[in-house]
Amino acid sequence: MNATKLSSRHLLGLQGMPKEDIQLILETAKSFKEILNRPIKKVPTLQGKTIANLFFENSTRTRISFELAERRLSADVVNFSVTGSSVGKGETLKDTARNIEAMKIDTVVIRHSAAGTPQFLTKIIQANIINAGDGCHEHPTQALLDIYTLQEKFPSLKNLRVCIVGDILHSRVARSNIFGLQTMGAKVSVCGPATLIPRELEKLGIEIFHHIDDVIPNVDVLNVLRIQLERQSGGFFPSVREYHTFFGVTKERLEKAHTPITILHPGPINRDVELSADVADGSHSLILEQVTNGVAVRMAVLYLLGVE
Amino acid sequence: MSTQIIDTKTFSRTIKRLAHEILEYHHGAETLGIVGIRTRGDFLARRIAQQISEIEKITMPIGTLDITLYRDDLRGKLSQPQLKTTDILYNITDKNIILVDDVLFTGRTVRSALNALMDIGRPATIQLAVFIDRGHRQLPIKADFVGKNIPTSLAQEVQVLMKEVDGEDAVLLKEGEKL
Repeated sequence: MNATKLSSRHLLGLQGMPKEDIQLILETAKSFKEILNRPIKKVPTLQGKTIANLFFENSTRTRISFELAERRLSADVVNFSVTGSSVGKGETLKDTARNIEAMKIDTVVIRHSAAGTPQFLTKIIQANIINAGDGCHEHPTQALLDIYTLQEKFPSLKNLRVCIVGDILHSRVARSNIFGLQTMGAKVSVCGPATLIPRELEKLGIEIFHHIDDVIPNVDVLNVLRIQLERQSGGFFPSVREYHTFFGVTKERLEKAHTPITILHPGPINRDVELSADVADGSHSLILEQVTNGVAVRMAVLYLLGVE
Repeated sequence: MSTQIIDTKTFSRTIKRLAHEILEYHHGAETLGIVGIRTRGDFLARRIAQQISEIEKITMPIGTLDITLYRDDLRGKLSQPQLKTTDILYNITDKNIILVDDVLFTGRTVRSALNALMDIGRPATIQLAVFIDRGHRQLPIKADFVGKNIPTSLAQEVQVLMKEVDGEDAVLLKEGEKL
Protein backbone atom coordinates (compact mmCIF):
# COMPACT_ATOMS: atom_id res chain seq x y z
CA MET A 1 0.00 0.00 0.00
CA ASN A 2 1.67 3.18 -1.18
CA ALA A 3 -1.06 5.81 -1.20
CA THR A 4 -0.54 8.44 1.46
CA LYS A 5 -3.34 10.73 0.41
CA LEU A 6 -7.07 10.26 -0.05
CA SER A 7 -8.40 10.74 -3.56
CA SER A 8 -11.01 13.25 -2.36
CA ARG A 9 -10.83 16.26 -0.04
CA HIS A 10 -14.26 15.42 1.38
CA LEU A 11 -15.76 12.33 2.99
CA LEU A 12 -19.32 12.15 1.74
CA GLY A 13 -19.95 8.41 1.54
CA LEU A 14 -18.45 5.01 0.87
CA GLN A 15 -20.34 4.44 -2.38
CA GLY A 16 -17.69 4.45 -5.07
CA MET A 17 -14.84 5.15 -2.65
CA PRO A 18 -11.68 3.40 -3.89
CA LYS A 19 -10.43 0.45 -1.86
CA GLU A 20 -7.05 2.19 -1.46
CA ASP A 21 -8.75 5.09 0.32
CA ILE A 22 -10.56 2.80 2.74
CA GLN A 23 -7.33 0.90 3.41
CA LEU A 24 -5.42 4.13 4.00
CA ILE A 25 -8.00 5.28 6.56
CA LEU A 26 -7.95 1.90 8.35
CA GLU A 27 -4.15 1.81 8.37
CA THR A 28 -3.92 5.39 9.68
CA ALA A 29 -6.51 4.63 12.37
CA LYS A 30 -4.18 1.98 13.80
CA SER A 31 -1.63 4.68 14.63
CA PHE A 32 -4.28 6.76 16.31
CA LYS A 33 -5.52 3.89 18.39
CA GLU A 34 -2.05 3.65 19.88
CA ILE A 35 -2.30 7.32 20.90
CA LEU A 36 -5.60 6.67 22.68
CA ASN A 37 -3.78 4.27 25.01
CA ARG A 38 -1.18 6.83 26.07
CA PRO A 39 -1.32 8.80 29.31
CA ILE A 40 -1.50 11.99 27.21
CA LYS A 41 -4.06 11.26 24.52
CA LYS A 42 -3.32 14.29 22.43
CA VAL A 43 -1.07 15.18 19.52
CA PRO A 44 -0.42 18.67 18.10
CA THR A 45 -1.12 17.76 14.47
CA LEU A 46 -4.12 19.97 13.70
CA GLN A 47 -3.02 22.91 15.83
CA GLY A 48 -4.44 26.12 14.41
CA LYS A 49 -7.13 24.37 12.37
CA THR A 50 -10.76 25.08 13.16
CA ILE A 51 -13.46 22.47 12.80
CA ALA A 52 -17.20 23.14 13.00
CA ASN A 53 -19.59 20.38 14.00
CA LEU A 54 -22.96 21.17 12.47
CA PHE A 55 -25.54 18.81 13.89
CA PHE A 56 -29.00 19.45 12.51
CA GLU A 57 -30.16 16.15 13.99
CA ASN A 58 -29.80 14.76 17.48
CA SER A 59 -26.74 12.70 18.23
CA THR A 60 -24.75 11.88 21.33
CA ARG A 61 -22.30 9.21 20.33
CA THR A 62 -21.25 10.52 16.94
CA ARG A 63 -20.96 14.14 18.06
CA ILE A 64 -18.92 13.31 21.16
CA SER A 65 -16.78 10.90 19.17
CA PHE A 66 -16.03 13.55 16.52
CA GLU A 67 -15.41 16.20 19.14
CA LEU A 68 -12.98 14.00 21.07
CA ALA A 69 -11.19 13.10 17.85
CA GLU A 70 -10.89 16.77 16.93
CA ARG A 71 -9.63 17.84 20.34
CA ARG A 72 -7.14 14.99 20.50
CA LEU A 73 -5.64 16.30 17.29
CA SER A 74 -5.45 19.77 18.92
CA ALA A 75 -7.90 21.43 16.53
CA ASP A 76 -10.14 24.25 17.69
CA VAL A 77 -13.73 23.07 17.79
CA VAL A 78 -17.02 24.91 17.46
CA ASN A 79 -20.28 23.09 18.00
CA PHE A 80 -23.54 23.98 16.44
CA SER A 81 -26.84 22.30 17.04
CA VAL A 82 -30.27 23.28 15.85
CA THR A 83 -31.63 24.09 19.25
CA GLY A 84 -30.45 27.53 20.24
CA SER A 85 -29.20 28.47 16.75
CA SER A 86 -30.40 30.83 14.06
CA VAL A 87 -31.97 27.92 12.20
CA GLY A 88 -34.81 28.29 14.68
CA LYS A 89 -35.10 31.88 13.45
CA GLY A 90 -35.61 30.73 9.87
CA GLU A 91 -32.10 31.01 8.45
CA THR A 92 -31.49 28.80 5.41
CA LEU A 93 -28.80 26.14 5.37
CA LYS A 94 -26.97 28.03 2.66
CA ASP A 95 -26.82 31.20 4.75
CA THR A 96 -25.79 29.29 7.86
CA ALA A 97 -23.00 27.59 5.94
CA ARG A 98 -21.77 30.79 4.31
CA ASN A 99 -21.70 32.57 7.66
CA ILE A 100 -19.69 29.77 9.17
CA GLU A 101 -17.34 29.91 6.22
CA ALA A 102 -16.84 33.64 6.79
CA MET A 103 -15.51 32.74 10.23
CA LYS A 104 -12.61 30.86 8.54
CA ILE A 105 -13.49 27.27 9.31
CA ASP A 106 -11.21 24.62 7.78
CA THR A 107 -13.38 21.53 8.14
CA VAL A 108 -17.13 21.05 8.57
CA VAL A 109 -18.60 17.90 10.08
CA ILE A 110 -22.28 17.79 9.23
CA ARG A 111 -25.27 15.70 10.18
CA HIS A 112 -28.59 16.52 8.58
CA SER A 113 -31.94 14.81 8.11
CA ALA A 114 -31.90 15.53 4.37
CA ALA A 115 -29.90 13.19 2.18
CA GLY A 116 -27.33 15.00 0.04
CA THR A 117 -26.78 17.95 2.38
CA PRO A 118 -23.01 17.33 2.71
CA GLN A 119 -22.73 17.12 -1.08
CA PHE A 120 -24.61 20.41 -1.35
CA LEU A 121 -22.22 22.06 1.11
CA THR A 122 -19.18 21.12 -0.97
CA LYS A 123 -20.62 23.28 -3.75
CA ILE A 124 -21.14 26.40 -1.66
CA ILE A 125 -18.19 26.51 0.74
CA GLN A 126 -14.46 25.85 0.52
CA ALA A 127 -13.98 23.84 3.72
CA ASN A 128 -13.44 20.05 3.77
CA ILE A 129 -16.79 18.40 4.39
CA ILE A 130 -17.25 15.24 6.45
CA ASN A 131 -20.62 13.53 6.40
CA ALA A 132 -21.69 12.50 9.90
CA GLY A 133 -24.98 11.07 8.64
CA ASP A 134 -27.36 12.51 6.04
CA GLY A 135 -30.95 11.32 6.09
CA CYS A 136 -31.31 7.76 4.83
CA HIS A 137 -28.27 8.15 2.59
CA GLU A 138 -24.88 7.45 4.21
CA HIS A 139 -22.97 7.50 7.49
CA PRO A 140 -19.45 6.77 6.27
CA THR A 141 -17.48 7.07 9.52
CA GLN A 142 -19.80 4.58 11.24
CA ALA A 143 -19.23 2.03 8.48
CA LEU A 144 -15.48 2.68 8.55
CA LEU A 145 -15.34 2.04 12.27
CA ASP A 146 -17.42 -1.11 11.83
CA ILE A 147 -15.00 -2.32 9.17
CA TYR A 148 -12.02 -1.35 11.32
CA THR A 149 -13.46 -3.30 14.26
CA LEU A 150 -13.97 -6.37 12.05
CA GLN A 151 -10.47 -6.05 10.65
CA GLU A 152 -9.05 -6.17 14.18
CA LYS A 153 -10.97 -9.36 14.87
CA PHE A 154 -10.67 -11.24 11.58
CA PRO A 155 -7.46 -11.85 9.63
CA SER A 156 -9.14 -10.90 6.35
CA LEU A 157 -12.40 -9.34 5.25
CA LYS A 158 -12.37 -11.24 1.99
CA ASN A 159 -15.40 -13.54 1.88
CA LEU A 160 -16.28 -12.70 5.48
CA ARG A 161 -20.03 -13.31 5.79
CA VAL A 162 -21.69 -10.24 7.27
CA CYS A 163 -25.45 -9.90 7.66
CA ILE A 164 -27.01 -6.52 8.41
CA VAL A 165 -30.21 -6.99 10.40
CA GLY A 166 -33.07 -4.56 10.79
CA ASP A 167 -34.53 -1.53 9.08
CA ILE A 168 -32.39 -1.43 5.95
CA LEU A 169 -34.69 1.00 4.14
CA HIS A 170 -34.16 3.92 6.51
CA SER A 171 -30.64 3.09 7.53
CA ARG A 172 -27.68 5.16 6.38
CA VAL A 173 -25.48 2.87 8.48
CA ALA A 174 -26.65 -0.11 6.41
CA ARG A 175 -26.01 1.66 3.11
CA SER A 176 -22.49 2.77 4.05
CA ASN A 177 -21.71 -0.67 5.44
CA ILE A 178 -22.92 -2.41 2.29
CA PHE A 179 -20.76 -0.23 0.03
CA GLY A 180 -17.70 -0.36 2.27
CA LEU A 181 -17.86 -4.08 3.03
CA GLN A 182 -18.43 -5.00 -0.60
CA THR A 183 -15.41 -2.93 -1.63
CA MET A 184 -13.35 -4.80 0.95
CA GLY A 185 -14.49 -8.13 -0.49
CA ALA A 186 -16.91 -9.27 2.21
CA LYS A 187 -20.08 -11.25 1.44
CA VAL A 188 -22.91 -9.00 2.58
CA SER A 189 -26.49 -10.07 3.20
CA VAL A 190 -29.42 -8.30 4.85
CA CYS A 191 -32.28 -9.48 7.02
CA GLY A 192 -35.44 -7.63 7.92
CA PRO A 193 -39.19 -7.25 7.29
CA ALA A 194 -39.98 -7.11 3.55
CA THR A 195 -41.40 -3.62 4.03
CA LEU A 196 -38.06 -2.37 5.31
CA ILE A 197 -35.78 -3.74 2.60
CA PRO A 198 -35.31 -1.73 -0.58
CA ARG A 199 -35.82 -3.78 -3.77
CA GLU A 200 -32.71 -2.44 -5.51
CA LEU A 201 -30.47 -4.31 -3.09
CA GLU A 202 -30.75 -7.48 -5.17
CA LYS A 203 -29.02 -5.70 -8.03
CA LEU A 204 -26.01 -5.17 -5.80
CA GLY A 205 -25.66 -8.92 -5.37
CA ILE A 206 -26.90 -8.95 -1.80
CA GLU A 207 -28.78 -11.90 -0.44
CA ILE A 208 -32.02 -11.00 1.35
CA PHE A 209 -33.53 -12.87 4.31
CA HIS A 210 -36.81 -12.37 6.12
CA HIS A 211 -36.22 -14.51 9.17
CA ILE A 212 -33.26 -14.32 11.50
CA ASP A 213 -33.17 -18.12 11.97
CA ASP A 214 -32.41 -18.52 8.25
CA VAL A 215 -29.37 -16.31 8.62
CA ILE A 216 -27.73 -17.42 11.84
CA PRO A 217 -26.23 -20.75 10.76
CA ASN A 218 -24.50 -19.16 7.74
CA VAL A 219 -22.79 -15.97 8.91
CA ASP A 220 -19.67 -14.84 10.75
CA VAL A 221 -20.95 -11.43 11.77
CA LEU A 222 -24.33 -9.90 12.56
CA ASN A 223 -24.42 -6.12 12.35
CA VAL A 224 -27.67 -5.45 14.19
CA LEU A 225 -29.26 -2.08 13.48
CA ARG A 226 -31.33 -0.08 15.86
CA ILE A 227 -35.04 -0.14 15.16
CA GLN A 228 -35.54 3.58 14.69
CA LEU A 229 -38.77 3.94 16.58
CA GLU A 230 -38.91 7.62 15.57
CA ARG A 231 -39.01 6.67 11.86
CA GLN A 232 -41.69 3.97 12.18
CA SER A 233 -44.84 6.04 11.73
CA GLY A 234 -45.46 4.37 8.36
CA GLY A 235 -46.65 1.05 9.79
CA PHE A 236 -43.78 -0.99 8.36
CA PHE A 237 -44.23 -3.79 10.88
CA PRO A 238 -47.17 -4.57 13.17
CA SER A 239 -45.54 -4.26 16.58
CA VAL A 240 -42.23 -4.16 18.38
CA ARG A 241 -43.05 -7.51 19.95
CA GLU A 242 -43.66 -9.09 16.58
CA TYR A 243 -40.39 -7.62 15.32
CA HIS A 244 -38.58 -9.22 18.24
CA THR A 245 -40.20 -12.59 17.48
CA PHE A 246 -38.90 -12.69 13.90
CA PHE A 247 -35.72 -10.61 14.00
CA GLY A 248 -34.62 -10.26 17.61
CA VAL A 249 -31.09 -11.58 18.12
CA THR A 250 -31.16 -13.71 21.26
CA LYS A 251 -28.78 -16.08 23.00
CA GLU A 252 -31.00 -19.10 22.24
CA ARG A 253 -30.94 -18.29 18.54
CA LEU A 254 -27.17 -17.71 18.42
CA GLU A 255 -26.53 -21.03 20.13
CA LYS A 256 -27.78 -22.79 16.99
CA ALA A 257 -24.68 -21.61 15.11
CA HIS A 258 -21.66 -23.94 14.90
CA THR A 259 -19.13 -21.18 15.51
CA PRO A 260 -19.66 -18.09 17.66
CA ILE A 261 -21.10 -15.14 15.74
CA THR A 262 -19.59 -11.71 16.24
CA ILE A 263 -22.11 -9.00 17.10
CA LEU A 264 -21.92 -5.36 16.05
CA HIS A 265 -24.44 -2.62 16.79
CA PRO A 266 -24.10 1.07 15.93
CA GLY A 267 -26.02 2.10 19.08
CA PRO A 268 -28.05 3.22 20.86
CA ILE A 269 -29.47 -0.22 21.62
CA ASN A 270 -33.14 -0.92 22.18
CA ARG A 271 -32.50 -3.73 24.64
CA ASP A 272 -34.67 -6.79 24.11
CA VAL A 273 -36.08 -5.39 20.88
CA GLU A 274 -33.45 -5.97 18.18
CA LEU A 275 -30.87 -7.43 20.56
CA SER A 276 -31.34 -9.24 23.86
CA ALA A 277 -29.40 -7.86 26.80
CA ASP A 278 -27.31 -11.00 27.34
CA VAL A 279 -26.12 -10.90 23.72
CA ALA A 280 -25.36 -7.17 23.81
CA ASP A 281 -23.20 -7.68 26.90
CA GLY A 282 -21.92 -11.10 25.83
CA SER A 283 -18.37 -12.12 25.04
CA HIS A 284 -18.84 -12.00 21.25
CA SER A 285 -20.26 -8.50 21.26
CA LEU A 286 -17.83 -5.85 19.97
CA ILE A 287 -20.20 -2.98 20.65
CA LEU A 288 -18.01 -1.06 23.09
CA GLU A 289 -14.95 -1.81 21.00
CA GLN A 290 -16.76 -0.07 18.14
CA VAL A 291 -17.16 3.05 20.24
CA THR A 292 -13.45 3.11 21.15
CA ASN A 293 -12.44 2.55 17.54
CA GLY A 294 -14.82 5.28 16.42
CA VAL A 295 -12.56 7.95 17.89
CA ALA A 296 -9.43 6.49 16.25
CA VAL A 297 -11.13 6.16 12.86
CA ARG A 298 -12.47 9.72 13.01
CA MET A 299 -9.01 11.00 13.99
CA ALA A 300 -7.65 9.23 10.92
CA VAL A 301 -10.24 10.84 8.64
CA LEU A 302 -9.71 14.30 10.14
CA TYR A 303 -5.93 13.90 9.83
CA LEU A 304 -6.02 12.69 6.23
CA LEU A 305 -8.41 15.43 5.13
CA GLY A 306 -7.15 18.17 7.40
CA VAL A 307 -3.43 18.24 6.73
CA GLU A 308 -2.79 19.98 3.44
CA MET B 1 27.54 12.51 -7.84
CA SER B 2 28.23 10.96 -4.45
CA THR B 3 31.20 10.04 -2.28
CA GLN B 4 31.27 7.27 0.26
CA ILE B 5 32.41 8.64 3.61
CA ILE B 6 31.81 5.56 5.74
CA ASP B 7 32.12 1.98 4.51
CA THR B 8 30.62 -1.21 5.95
CA LYS B 9 33.52 -1.95 8.32
CA THR B 10 33.75 1.56 9.72
CA PHE B 11 29.95 1.51 10.05
CA SER B 12 29.96 -1.43 12.45
CA ARG B 13 32.98 -0.08 14.36
CA THR B 14 31.14 3.20 14.85
CA ILE B 15 28.08 1.40 16.22
CA LYS B 16 30.28 -0.50 18.67
CA ARG B 17 31.97 2.70 19.78
CA LEU B 18 28.62 4.44 20.33
CA ALA B 19 27.41 1.50 22.45
CA HIS B 20 30.60 1.63 24.57
CA GLU B 21 30.38 5.41 25.00
CA ILE B 22 26.77 5.17 26.18
CA LEU B 23 27.64 2.38 28.65
CA GLU B 24 30.68 4.23 29.94
CA TYR B 25 28.66 7.37 30.57
CA HIS B 26 25.87 5.53 32.37
CA HIS B 27 28.09 3.01 34.22
CA GLY B 28 26.09 0.13 32.77
CA ALA B 29 22.72 -0.37 31.15
CA GLU B 30 20.33 -0.97 34.06
CA THR B 31 18.54 2.36 33.81
CA LEU B 32 18.69 2.70 30.04
CA GLY B 33 15.93 2.60 27.44
CA ILE B 34 16.53 3.10 23.73
CA VAL B 35 14.15 4.82 21.34
CA GLY B 36 14.79 5.12 17.60
CA ILE B 37 13.15 7.61 15.27
CA ARG B 38 11.57 5.97 12.24
CA THR B 39 12.90 4.77 9.84
CA ARG B 40 16.69 4.56 9.94
CA GLY B 41 17.02 5.84 13.49
CA ASP B 42 14.95 2.82 14.44
CA PHE B 43 17.34 0.36 12.77
CA LEU B 44 20.35 2.15 14.28
CA ALA B 45 18.72 1.97 17.71
CA ARG B 46 18.27 -1.78 17.28
CA ARG B 47 21.92 -2.24 16.31
CA ILE B 48 23.14 -0.20 19.28
CA ALA B 49 20.78 -2.07 21.61
CA GLN B 50 22.08 -5.37 20.27
CA GLN B 51 25.67 -4.29 20.96
CA ILE B 52 24.81 -3.19 24.48
CA SER B 53 22.98 -6.46 25.12
CA GLU B 54 26.02 -8.44 23.99
CA ILE B 55 28.43 -6.43 26.13
CA GLU B 56 26.29 -6.33 29.28
CA LYS B 57 24.47 -9.67 28.82
CA ILE B 58 21.05 -8.10 29.37
CA THR B 59 18.02 -7.38 27.20
CA MET B 60 17.71 -3.73 26.30
CA PRO B 61 14.24 -2.19 26.27
CA ILE B 62 13.81 -0.70 22.80
CA GLY B 63 11.07 1.31 21.15
CA THR B 64 10.19 3.05 17.90
CA LEU B 65 8.97 6.60 17.60
CA ASP B 66 6.95 7.98 14.69
CA ILE B 67 7.11 11.76 14.79
CA THR B 68 4.82 12.49 11.83
CA LEU B 69 2.05 13.94 14.00
CA TYR B 70 4.50 16.28 15.73
CA ARG B 71 6.21 17.75 12.67
CA ASP B 72 6.18 21.49 12.17
CA ASP B 73 6.18 21.19 8.39
CA LEU B 74 3.08 19.03 7.91
CA ARG B 75 1.22 21.91 6.38
CA GLY B 76 2.61 23.18 3.12
CA LYS B 77 4.10 19.85 2.21
CA LEU B 78 2.91 18.57 -1.11
CA SER B 79 2.82 14.93 -0.23
CA GLN B 80 2.16 14.10 3.35
CA PRO B 81 4.32 11.43 4.91
CA GLN B 82 2.70 8.14 5.69
CA LEU B 83 1.76 7.89 9.30
CA LYS B 84 3.19 4.87 11.06
CA THR B 85 2.82 3.60 14.57
CA THR B 86 4.81 4.56 17.61
CA ASP B 87 5.81 1.35 19.33
CA ILE B 88 7.25 1.78 22.78
CA LEU B 89 6.17 -1.18 24.85
CA TYR B 90 8.07 -0.35 28.03
CA ASN B 91 7.40 2.43 30.49
CA ILE B 92 9.84 5.26 29.74
CA THR B 93 9.07 7.11 32.95
CA ASP B 94 12.18 7.47 35.20
CA LYS B 95 14.36 5.74 32.59
CA ASN B 96 17.45 7.28 31.02
CA ILE B 97 16.35 7.40 27.41
CA ILE B 98 18.79 7.35 24.51
CA LEU B 99 17.06 8.86 21.49
CA VAL B 100 18.62 7.62 18.25
CA ASP B 101 18.50 9.16 14.78
CA ASP B 102 20.62 8.76 11.66
CA VAL B 103 21.43 12.35 10.68
CA LEU B 104 21.34 15.45 12.88
CA PHE B 105 20.71 18.46 10.66
CA THR B 106 18.31 21.33 11.50
CA GLY B 107 17.29 19.82 14.84
CA ARG B 108 13.60 19.99 13.99
CA THR B 109 13.11 16.24 13.93
CA VAL B 110 14.65 15.98 17.38
CA ARG B 111 12.41 18.77 18.65
CA SER B 112 9.36 16.83 17.41
CA ALA B 113 10.69 13.61 18.94
CA LEU B 114 11.21 15.27 22.33
CA ASN B 115 7.62 16.50 22.35
CA ALA B 116 6.36 13.08 21.33
CA LEU B 117 8.40 11.37 24.08
CA MET B 118 7.10 13.79 26.73
CA ASP B 119 3.54 12.86 25.76
CA ILE B 120 4.29 9.19 26.36
CA GLY B 121 5.90 9.49 29.77
CA ARG B 122 8.38 11.37 31.94
CA PRO B 123 11.89 9.99 31.47
CA ALA B 124 14.58 10.78 34.04
CA THR B 125 16.85 12.05 31.26
CA ILE B 126 16.86 12.05 27.47
CA GLN B 127 20.12 11.99 25.56
CA LEU B 128 20.60 12.16 21.83
CA ALA B 129 22.73 9.71 19.85
CA VAL B 130 23.17 10.35 16.12
CA PHE B 131 25.19 8.56 13.51
CA ILE B 132 26.09 11.69 11.53
CA ASP B 133 26.12 15.30 12.67
CA ARG B 134 26.16 17.47 9.55
CA GLY B 135 25.72 20.88 11.18
CA HIS B 136 23.30 23.69 10.16
CA ARG B 137 21.20 23.62 13.30
CA GLN B 138 18.11 25.83 13.37
CA LEU B 139 17.27 25.09 17.00
CA PRO B 140 19.39 24.95 20.20
CA ILE B 141 19.87 21.18 20.08
CA LYS B 142 23.08 19.16 20.30
CA ALA B 143 23.90 15.47 20.30
CA ASP B 144 25.40 13.68 23.32
CA PHE B 145 26.84 10.79 21.31
CA VAL B 146 28.00 11.30 17.72
CA GLY B 147 29.15 8.65 15.25
CA LYS B 148 30.90 11.11 12.97
CA ASN B 149 30.90 14.85 12.43
CA ILE B 150 30.70 15.73 8.74
CA PRO B 151 30.89 19.40 7.80
CA THR B 152 28.56 19.96 4.83
CA SER B 153 27.18 22.74 2.69
CA LEU B 154 23.42 23.22 2.55
CA ALA B 155 23.39 22.01 -1.04
CA GLN B 156 24.81 18.63 -0.09
CA GLU B 157 22.82 15.65 1.10
CA VAL B 158 23.95 13.05 3.61
CA GLN B 159 22.50 9.60 3.11
CA VAL B 160 22.83 6.83 5.66
CA LEU B 161 22.28 3.44 4.04
CA MET B 162 21.38 0.43 6.15
CA LYS B 163 21.25 -3.27 5.34
CA GLU B 164 17.68 -3.57 6.63
CA VAL B 165 16.26 -1.19 4.01
CA ASP B 166 19.04 -0.38 1.53
CA GLY B 167 20.91 -3.67 1.29
CA GLU B 168 24.24 -2.32 2.58
CA ASP B 169 25.73 -0.32 5.45
CA ALA B 170 27.35 2.92 4.27
CA VAL B 171 27.18 6.69 4.45
CA LEU B 172 27.16 8.75 1.26
CA LEU B 173 27.70 12.45 0.71
CA LYS B 174 25.80 13.67 -2.34
CA GLU B 175 26.34 16.91 -4.20
CA GLY B 176 22.93 18.55 -4.49
CA GLU B 177 21.65 20.25 -7.60
CA LYS B 178 19.59 22.87 -5.82
CA LEU B 179 21.02 26.26 -4.74
